[in-house]
This record gives sequence, structure tokens and C-alpha cells, in this order.
Amino acid sequence: MSKVGVFVCHCGTNIAAAVDVVRACEAAKSMPGVVHAAEYKYMCSEPGQQMILDAIKEYGLKRIVIASCSPRMHETTFRKMLKKSGVNEYLIEIANIREQVAWVHDDKEKATEKAIDLIRMAVAKVCRDEPLKSQMIPITKRALVIGGGIAGIQAALDIADAGHEVTLVEREPSIGGRMVMLDKTFPTLDCSACISTPKMVDVSAHPNIRLLAYSEVAKVEGYIGNFTVTIRQKARYVNHDICTGCGACSEKCPAKVPSAFNKGLSKRPAIYTLFPQAVPAKPVIDKDSCIKLKSGKCGVCEKICPLGCINYEDEDMEFTEDFGAIVTATGYQTADWAQMYDEYGAGRFPDVIDGLTFERLVNASGPTEGHIVRPSDGTEPKTISIIKCVGSRDPKKGRAYCSRACCMYAAKHARQIFGKIEGVRVFIFYIDVRTPGKGYEEFYDKTREDGAIYVRGRVSRIYKEGDTLICQAEDSLLGKQVRVKSDLVILETAMEPAEGSASVAGMLGAAVDGDGWLTEAHPKLRPVETQVGGVFLAGVCQGPKDIPDTVSQASAAAAKVIGLLNKNEMESSPMIASVEADKCSGCSACEAICPYKAITMGEQPGREAGGNSKKVMRPIAVVNAGLCQGCGACTVACRTGAIDLLGYRNRQILEEVDALWV
Amino acid sequence: MLRYAYFPGCASESTAKSTTLANEFVFGAVGIDLVEIEDWCCCGATSAHTLSETVGLALPARALSRAERDHPDLDVVTGCASCYARLKLANYKVRTDKDAAWLVEKALGRPYTAKNEVLNFLDILSLDEVKASIETAILRKFKDLKVACYYGCLNIRPAEVTGAKDRENPMAMDEIAVLTGAVPVDWGFKTECCGAAHQNDAARQTRPLTARILENAMAAGADVILTACPMCQLNLEMRQTEYARKREEKKTGKKVFPLLDMVIKPEPQETIPVLSLTELLAIAMGAGGRRLSLDVHHVPVGGVIAQGLSGMNEKEVREAFI
Repeated sequence: MSKVGVFVCHCGTNIAAAVDVVRACEAAKSMPGVVHAAEYKYMCSEPGQQMILDAIKEYGLKRIVIASCSPRMHETTFRKMLKKSGVNEYLIEIANIREQVAWVHDDKEKATEKAIDLIRMAVAKVCRDEPLKSQMIPITKRALVIGGGIAGIQAALDIADAGHEVTLVEREPSIGGRMVMLDKTFPTLDCSACISTPKMVDVSAHPNIRLLAYSEVAKVEGYIGNFTVTIRQKARYVNHDICTGCGACSEKCPAKVPSAFNKGLSKRPAIYTLFPQAVPAKPVIDKDSCIKLKSGKCGVCEKICPLGCINYEDEDMEFTEDFGAIVTATGYQTADWAQMYDEYGAGRFPDVIDGLTFERLVNASGPTEGHIVRPSDGTEPKTISIIKCVGSRDPKKGRAYCSRACCMYAAKHARQIFGKIEGVRVFIFYIDVRTPGKGYEEFYDKTREDGAIYVRGRVSRIYKEGDTLICQAEDSLLGKQVRVKSDLVILETAMEPAEGSASVAGMLGAAVDGDGWLTEAHPKLRPVETQVGGVFLAGVCQGPKDIPDTVSQASAAAAKVIGLLNKNEMESSPMIASVEADKCSGCSACEAICPYKAITMGEQPGREAGGNSKKVMRPIAVVNAGLCQGCGACTVACRTGAIDLLGYRNRQILEEVDALWV
Repeated sequence: MLRYAYFPGCASESTAKSTTLANEFVFGAVGIDLVEIEDWCCCGATSAHTLSETVGLALPARALSRAERDHPDLDVVTGCASCYARLKLANYKVRTDKDAAWLVEKALGRPYTAKNEVLNFLDILSLDEVKASIETAILRKFKDLKVACYYGCLNIRPAEVTGAKDRENPMAMDEIAVLTGAVPVDWGFKTECCGAAHQNDAARQTRPLTARILENAMAAGADVILTACPMCQLNLEMRQTEYARKREEKKTGKKVFPLLDMVIKPEPQETIPVLSLTELLAIAMGAGGRRLSLDVHHVPVGGVIAQGLSGMNEKEVREAFI
């Protein structure tokens, strides 16, 4: 019989107040296999652990049951303790009598009975537990950062500064993301470009960073410490090794298309850099608008380029690189309000614009050089309405969540307007004003002092009367319908996951929530990790954030990456799926169900059915120890019962259940 | 030949006389056969469903079940937004809500399966083949006649029931109106409520609703408002004199003695004629003013028509059209 020791914790009065700990301990003594049972006030404390270690020596204990708090809390603590004693650290079971008993029951008598049952189950399981051993996985000391917005830039710089190689992949021709589109940032109103462009230059100049702009991640294979990533360099049609970025080609290019960077307020040529301060500051040809590539006629840029950089034959190029860790910083896009809000004109009124368009309008380096004018006729607006929560907090038409930055964004826009147009009137329609952040409430106060009129109500529709737009809303404080004549209307639209972020998440095997945001491993305690080992989150790809929070999270993700890359090898969890080859029929049901792509179909020699003893290779499931997260989905899918989860074998679980019928 | 079971609605035989005449003319001209549902009754309109949901559904379902029995292959059509809303809702509820279907059948004492569609005139007139027939039937085109197409709320809303695609800026009527040579204006009150039945019992509350519709149409430069519902049509025009007087009072600060209205007509630019879409079509198809009884309109429409057709004056037009 196994020699089991049971240790019951009081957790101060946390457990002891609701459970008769002494009775539970006494009951444990008579359970099959138990040779020793003891109780103590704080089992996790130094003397508590020493007590267990002493008991192991004294009674020759081979397996341990600890009745205490949730295993999520202290299982690792006790495993580390067991390592010292020489007992295998996986021969331990935790009976959770705090969260699942003491904190949820009032009746001490019944609670004690339940605690005893849980201990009995744990004892039954621990007797069936088997020693497990973790493996050491080597780590490739290079990191991949996906997305070159401020989050990706910050993460890349932090990791590179710590001495590790970083590859930064950005799909646009330049890094910078959304932040470089902005004019000023709240709450300090400092120039967005002035604080972000130097960081972009740092990225391009950093010896440890390899910048791959106009590139995309095409495929991700492998697992923590050992990713193999295929990167697609999109055809640039310009040889960046020779190009000096003189800009002559862009100047002479005859093709003109609306500039997405300027939100359609201006036009750009087909051979272009995203904006004058772009990094890399070298142009690419947009193949969809280039006259030469579309019709074969033109070729102006080739003629004008003094260095002969233009190559119309350029093609997409794919290559693979190895990485130890991946940071996703895929960011966001603003909601396409015109598709959601017919009542705001659905794009029919040129003077109804979204916040990002206004940023380009008010930006000194934007198409109007910072003059706020109506897109329809170029006149200066005298009354401006700002509508918040367009697409946010609107489960019926848009998204249920709050986009977090818009309240401050709206206040900032009002301040920028007051700064540029004399005698202007600004109305801000809101549901609530949310300003949690350092200096935010003060910023909002100042905005109201400056004269912004806050109207509590969602605008029900916008219609035209002559040249002006009328915003109709219920002022829910007055209880009356109001109609505000406005020359310009700014919609503060919701943040949505960037287009394609779901496919990146899919390649990485990382989970996304119902709205498409990447899901963190734990909302409080593991906010920058994903459920996939070695894949970390930075910035808005995890959920709406403002710039300070984005940068903080990027640095946090970088710290996690640095911690990982500083190791030469790492221990993998041994509690993973294991295949009993003889039982596996090779049906591949487990391969299909595995969320982490940890199961592949391998081969094993066998004999052909029918008794002719002919040797054949037959398919069997193979589990990748680095990728498997031990979720157990495959064990349920397996029809022959060939897959078991080590540490949670079916037999072990059933033993626990059987123990209840004693 | 297209055939539909036709639900005329109460207004067709009273306040909407000219519209009904125009309907007959237009559908005759484009070759659409409207078969009146026998023994149809009031759809309940605004009143019934505010008192009892069951009655509100059973009244329209009564005519619908009759149509289903007599004309199993025909969809039902009506020319009134309010009737349409009630008929469509009864149809929708019976299709989607088992409890409502049971209640309706219980109330009627006969089955209604809602297998056929409920349509409004806009649905039919928008069909490609019908548009082609309209184009052929048009004998004279308007020139520079600016029209504000007013759909009314109930032809569109609620969109879950009506299935309307563009609920804020519908274009179906605009697209039909251009066939006559008229120029639709882009304006903001296509689907705003005109006050409906409350024009009668709560005129003070509904006045701003209607007045805003008229003012926005005038501000958008429209010469005439087109409607797709006899109720909207009546609501939009019957109190225009009163509104013009109120505006006058506001402008001058002097109170106008109401009786003087009868003598002193408001300035022409203060009012805007309101025509139903079928009236506009009928005129373009050659119908005369007397045939259509256009003189029943509260705001005279002759001037606008004359101007739109060829710059004739009202008298000449009247002569030419009879």
C-alpha cells in the first residue's frame, strides 16, 4: 500500500471557521493508504512546509495530500517543497477546501463532511498518481514582433536593448501605426509625431533589430522557444538596397489615388512612402494603382530614378526564420461607422467625419496643414458637434464594449478646436464621461472650462438643412429633444481588432474573444501572456487601450520575452497528452480537435489486418511536448481511449469518483 | 399580366379620393390587375393595437385570410402605409410567432397561414418590368420639377418586419419619380413621422412633426412633396395654411386673426403642394386634372404641375388637362 500523508490547513480562520479541521484530519487517518495525518494553521508557511518535510522523513511518506486553498494558489509551492524531499513532485494532490468549501458554505457540519469527501477523493487519486518528469526544451534566443505600431516598436526596442535579436514585421510600407496619424496626445497635448518618430528612427538604427516593413507573417510552426516562422516580403518593385529615398519618383508619378493614411482627404501617387517621416524612408509601388503594372504603359519612375532601383518584375518573396518568442502587436482599426449607422448619413454627408479623419485634418503635417475646414466646401466650421460611443457601447448596432480612449479623445479634439478656431462652439454628445487615468479628469475639467458643451444623450440622427447638418438627440438631463445646427460632425468611433488579426491569432494558435480581441492567459495575473507558451500580447490587439497603457503593456510583454530568452533551456510541463501506440487506430480525430496544433499523425510499423502478418507502416498520433498545453480535449475525442492526459488519466479521475461511494 | 389581391383601406374611399382615382389610372395604364379583396374591413390602424394586441392582429388578418382563401396564388397589396404596417405585421407575426398565430386563428374562426406576401405600392412599382411599363406609358415629362419623396415611417419601419434595406434614406420612390422627368431632392425627412392619427386628437403635439417635414423639404428646394400613403398626404397638406400663419406671426410678432385666413391667403412660397406618387405618374401618363379630381387638394397643385410640364399657367393647364 502506498504511504500517504494528509496535511490539513486552517488557513488562519479562512478554512477553520467554516470547517472542523481537526475532525477532517482525524477522518483522514482512517482512509485507505493513509499512514499519517496532521493539521496546521498555515501549511504554506515555512514551518508548515518543514512540518511536511519532517513527516516525510519520519513516516517514510511516498505520496502527499494537502487540504488547503485552490491548487492554482499553492500547488507550485508544494511541488517545489517536494523536490527538496526526494519524493517526485507530481505525487501530490491538493484538496481545495477553501474556495470550494469554506468560502461557499455556512453549515459547518455539512461543510466538514464535504471537506472530508474531497480529502478522500484526493487520497484515492494520489494513490494512482505516477511519477512524472519534465523535459528540458532548448530556446532560440531571438524574438519576433508582429506589428510596427507604438506597441510593437516599444516591445522591439526593449527586447533589443536587453541584448536579444528582434525581427519586427509590419505590413504597411512604414512602421508607426495609428500613433503617427495623430496630431496631439492626451492629457499633455504633446505632439504625437515628436514623441513617436524618434522611436521609429531608433528601431531602424538599432543593431539588434531587423525591420521588415511591407511584410506579413505567412505561417507559424513550432512551440515555445522553437518557433519557425514564414515571412512574406510583399513585392516593393523598388530595390531598397540601392534606393536613397530621394523622392523623385513619387513627385513625377502620374497615378493619383486617395491616401488611406490621410483618410482620403488627399491623394498619393502609386509609388509612395506612407508619410514624409516614414521608416524606412524608401518608397514602394502599390501594384493596384500603378499604371505601368496595370496596363504596361508609363514607366516614368524607372526613367526618373537616377540609381535604377525600379524593378517592375519584383515578386512576393517568402523566407523562414527561427524564433524563441513572439509578441503580437497587431493593433486596431476604427469601426466602419458608415456600414452601421444609416441614421448618421452612412457616408452621404462629407462633413460627418470620424475621429481619425479629424486627426489628419488638424495635423500640421496633414493635407490641410492643420487648418480645420469642412471637407465639403473648405470653409471653417463655426459650430462642431462631437458624438462619442459611435459603435461602442451599442450591442445592437456595434460593439458592446467601451473603447476606453474616446472620452479623452473627444475632450482632446474639443481643446484642439478651441485652439485653432476663434469663437467656435463645440457640443459633445455623450453617454457617460469616463476619465480614469493620471491627469485625465483634470483634462476633462479644463475642456469644459474652455467652453465645450457636454450634452448627455446619443444622437438619434443627423440630417441636412441647407448647408448645415442637424444633430438630433434627446438631452436626457433636460428630458427634451435637442437639435444642434453643426457645420462639422466628428464621430468618435469604436476600436476594432485590426483586419487580419484573427488570421494571425489562428496561425499562432492563440485564442480570440467574441469581439476578435486576442485573449490573455489570465485577466489579472497573466495579462500579457496568451494560452500559447511563448506568445505574448502588446497593445490594443488584446483590447482597447490608450497610448500610455499600450506602451506599458508592450514593455511588460518585452520583460516576459527577455525573461524567457535569458534562459538557455526551459522546463516543459509533463502533464500533457500521451498516446498508447498499440491502441491508437490513427483516425486523427485528436488532430482535428487539438486547439494548439500539438498533435500530428506519425507512422509506426505494424502488421496488416487479416492475419497475413505483412509488415506495413500505419499512422498513429504523435504529441508535441512543447505545444501541448494539457487541456485534455483529445482524450475525450479519442474513440479507442488511446490518449490519456498524464497526471489526469481516466483511471485516476474515476478513482476519485469511486472514492465518493465509500 | 401581374395580379394582386388588393386591400384598398378606408381612406381610399374618403379623403384619398384623388389618389384612388390616380391609382386606378396608373395601374390600368401599366397593366396591373388589382383584385379587390371581398368584404375587407378596417385594418385597425392606430387604434386597435393600442387597445388589444389580438384585435390589432386579427383585424388585418381577417382580410388576409379572406384573400388567401379566394386568391390562393396572389400576394396582397395596399396603397396605404398604415394599412401596410398592420397587414405586414399580422403576416409577420403569424409566420414567426406560434402563440400569435394561434390567437389570430382563434379570433377569426378560420385558418390564416400567411403563405403569401404583403406588399405596398412601392414594392410593385419598383419591379423592373413595371418600371419598363411606366416608361412606355408616360406621354409627357416634367421639366425641372423638384420633388421631395416622402416615404412615411410605416412603409419602412420596423425594418425587421418590412425587410426594408435602407431604412434611413430609402430610394425606391425617388427611382420611380425620375421616370416622369421629375428631379428628386436629397433631403432629411424621408421617413420621419407625420403624426399619423394624432393629427386629429393631439394637433398641438403633431404640429412640429409635420411642420419640420415641410420646412426641410422647402429648404432642400423641393417644388412638391410626393407621398406613398393617403394618410401622410392628408397630414402634410391639411394644416399648411395654419403653419404658414404661425410662421408669419413668429416673423412679424403680430398675431394674425384666424378668420382672416379665409380671406388673406398665405404667400405661395409659404406652402408646398403635396401629391401622391401615383398622381404624379398619372399626370405624366396623360390624365387630366379633372379626371383625377386634383381640385380636392388643400394646397393647390395646378400651378406646380403647369410649371413643371411646360411653363403653362394654371388656367391653360386646367383647360389642357380636362
